[in-house]
Amino acid sequence: MTTMTSLVTERPLAAPVEPQPAVQPEPESKAATKEFVIINWSGDLDKVWPTLILSSTAAASGMAVKVFITYWGLLPFVKEDRRIVGKNWMQKMLSFMQRPGISHVKLTKMNFLGMGPWMMGKLAKENNVASPRELLDAALALGVEFIPCQMTMDMFGLTRDDMIEGLGEPAGAATAIEIMTNAEASLFI
Amino acid sequence: MTITTTTADEIVDARGLSCPMPIVKTATLFRTLEAGKTVEVLATDPGSVKDFAAWARSTGNQLIASTQEGSVYRFLIQKS
Repeated sequence: MTTMTSLVTERPLAAPVEPQPAVQPEPESKAATKEFVIINWSGDLDKVWPTLILSSTAAASGMAVKVFITYWGLLPFVKEDRRIVGKNWMQKMLSFMQRPGISHVKLTKMNFLGMGPWMMGKLAKENNVASPRELLDAALALGVEFIPCQMTMDMFGLTRDDMIEGLGEPAGAATAIEIMTNAEASLFI
Repeated sequence: MTITTTTADEIVDARGLSCPMPIVKTATLFRTLEAGKTVEVLATDPGSVKDFAAWARSTGNQLIASTQEGSVYRFLIQKS
């Protein structure tokens, strides 16, 4: 009992309570506060396509959208005129084997030396499906924030200048974790 | 195909476009639109019927009408 009393009395006196605003101002729209995150790990056509469709649609639906681009997922975001990127022979060889740029993405299956993506592109065109290039432009215009992974950029020997315009500041895993945990929904594609 | 006269303030012609472009086109216009203005969207993508209803719910805009004339879907949406 004594201990308890002493504990209570030793507690510093509470500072005078500042009048708090009664209610936090309501956000303009409920949707505007929602966040949607995609970790875009793959550089394959059939994965980059849904990444771009979902991110642009989420932005169109009023969500704040962040796409963390890492590993092979960085390559579609390299400028199209870059053929060989990297500083050393290994990085250069990697970019030779997997040509960077949004128009050079391959399929995870049925690639058949480019026949697959060519047919897919033809089918998409016949059905008026927007190309990855168009979707990327739409996503950027709608304010989707693409965050390149600094570590993989370094590993592939990619510089900021190799990457397309309009990307966010490169960041690392802690940023990826933070945006994922804050988001309403997050996907790893 | 002729466009029937409408009372909407703006028209989005998304005929022939596939998902998600009708939504992307509409959302882009809505960004610059004043609250209370109405937009008529014309689309041929059958998926857009469910999508415009979902988009209106997510954004809080009012889907006033959703109709079909032949192969063309019409949506009347008001910016809230």
